[in-house]
Amino acid sequence: MRKLRLSIALITISLVFSLAAAASDYVPDVETIVKKANLAAYYAGQDGRATIKMTITDAQKRTREREFTILRLDQEDGERQKFYVYFRKPSDVKGMVFMVHKYLEKDDDRWLYLPALDLVKRIAASDKRTSFVGSDFFYEDVSGRALDEDTHQLIDTTETHYVIENRPKDPKSVEFKSYIVWIDKKTFLPVKAEYNDREGQLYRRVKALKIEELKGYPTVVESQVENLASGGFTISCFSRIDYDINLKESLFTERYLRRPPRAAKR
Amino acid sequence: MKKKARLLLAIIFAVTFGGLQSGVAETTSLEKLDEKLAQIGIDYRGFLDLHGGRRLLKPIAEQSTSIAEGRLQLELNGDLEWLLFKIKGELFTDSVDDHSGGELREAFFLVSPLEFADLKIGRQIMTWGTGDLLFINDLFPKDWEAFFIGRDDEYLKAPADAARLSLFFPQANLDIVYMPHLNPSNYIDGRRLSYWFPGSNRIVGRNHMLSDHERQSWFSEDELALRLYRNWRGMEMALYFYDGYWKTPEGMQADGRVYYPRLQAYGASLRTSLWGGLIHLEAGHYDSKEDRRGDDPMIRNSERRLLIGYEHELGTDLNASLQYYSEYMEDYDRYRHSLHPQSEKRDKYRHLLTLRLTQLLLNQNLKLSLFTYYSPSDNDAHLRPQISYKLTDNWLLVIGANLFYGQSDATFFGQFEENSNAYAGLRYNF
Repeated sequence: MRKLRLSIALITISLVFSLAAAASDYVPDVETIVKKANLAAYYAGQDGRATIKMTITDAQKRTREREFTILRLDQEDGERQKFYVYFRKPSDVKGMVFMVHKYLEKDDDRWLYLPALDLVKRIAASDKRTSFVGSDFFYEDVSGRALDEDTHQLIDTTETHYVIENRPKDPKSVEFKSYIVWIDKKTFLPVKAEYNDREGQLYRRVKALKIEELKGYPTVVESQVENLASGGFTISCFSRIDYDINLKESLFTERYLRRPPRAAKR
Repeated sequence: MKKKARLLLAIIFAVTFGGLQSGVAETTSLEKLDEKLAQIGIDYRGFLDLHGGRRLLKPIAEQSTSIAEGRLQLELNGDLEWLLFKIKGELFTDSVDDHSGGELREAFFLVSPLEFADLKIGRQIMTWGTGDLLFINDLFPKDWEAFFIGRDDEYLKAPADAARLSLFFPQANLDIVYMPHLNPSNYIDGRRLSYWFPGSNRIVGRNHMLSDHERQSWFSEDELALRLYRNWRGMEMALYFYDGYWKTPEGMQADGRVYYPRLQAYGASLRTSLWGGLIHLEAGHYDSKEDRRGDDPMIRNSERRLLIGYEHELGTDLNASLQYYSEYMEDYDRYRHSLHPQSEKRDKYRHLLTLRLTQLLLNQNLKLSLFTYYSPSDNDAHLRPQISYKLTDNWLLVIGANLFYGQSDATFFGQFEENSNAYAGLRYNF
């Protein structure tokens, strides 16, 4: 009897151990990883707000500053979104508003409001890999890149990260040949991305410098883009971050372009 | 007067640069002030701007200096939750006009009496419509003089004293703008820029400045502008109506002075994305109410105006846009018969093409732009090349030109050929 008990105990223990081992080895498939990472990076909460201070340093070490507040509203998780960007600094752009209605199936609709002319200007820009407000961040770094524009391959799983290589389905549409993203296993936040140019040379690196948990959402509060080809880099610091603040959809219309809401100005 | 202008310029400089100097030392106290103001919902901005320019051809009855001025602009924005306000004023000294003074560009407040309504009252800049430097249904005042001598684009839009009620419904939005007195455009009158005077069949300038009969009676010589609009899945549609006066003096009275005849206009526009770019369409009908038969040579005829434009990104930070615009004169035969046989006649159609090219370089700090108007029917053109460079986040340098060309002296751009100018500007933003 004793023997039996012992063997049952042993079997149980080994089962528990092997289950535990299996759990830590369990790797979700690559599509699940990139989907979760996309949600963690760009869709936290139903909506959100942050004030971003960008310091742009060029190769000659001259710096420029940008400060703006972003309001974001998700229409469906992982799908359509609306963005409202209110510029605070420098003073020549203060009061300007940039609004985006983001779709997955077609190009985004973008508007720029110029208060000095009371002009609601529609922006024709299909290239998402151009500089955002003169920084080393691309428009796509800010609003996200559609998952189905690339093929994804899990090339490594470290103790803390999933390492995924992404290749564009339409190589002519972008300036890179591939990029590798490190995704935190626990939070699914992408914490580093390295871009290789068409010759396969590493030329651009995006990195999360500081991550904090806010209202239960792991959030990048400081990030950096390095342009390794030019020697320039940009650091973004996020403040006044909030989620689930009940932003109304009407806020993302021409009415509020012409009269920025308090949520954006504060 | 010249002395006074110089003195004011010196004061503006002293105040601004004194402010800059002390600003360096007292950044913290300034920041504290900013913070305190922000807490009660007030912020400010402004700039000091210097502009100088010269004519490139021998002027006709004008100075060879096209622009020489300093401006200090201050803007105050307030958000008191139940009320928004904005005050934007300028001190300037202009040595071409030999005039110094102040100007209130904007001074309005905005309230929302109902959740779906905004009411904005006071002096304000207003813009609507889809054209790029072409206006059909935007009949708000412009400053064409500022536009042609190389002031910043901001000055093309002149302020109007108005009450603007905006109503927002799920199906569509409605803007109702009431201007209790006529806010005319600043047109080319010979004071700074020479122009074609049909009365004497030649180009004139300061030797023949136009003078107009102003319409200043409040509530009787008023203007009304309406816009009904909707954004349906990125497709922006609008209908427009205007009841007022031609914004430039398109009529002449027996005493030789020009005046603003009655005008009613209605139109429509559409703007949407297409083939990775943007397309816009706009049309309007101008009903010249004091010359509905079109047989009065002293008053401009009714017109139909049409605009089609397409904009596309050509490369990284390189954009191009092309527009076709036409003016069709109604009752053309009656117009032709009403004129003196020797006088220059306008065409029935005026066709116009515009091309805009914009390239951003050096982290978007350097902007090269070219805007061109070209009329194949009038055989004239207006080119607006400009280079602007942000030296720092505060300092901006601009160099540009306004070039006019025309086969005939009597066409719209052709008459301005001798006004062709080049300019440079330096601005400190704070």
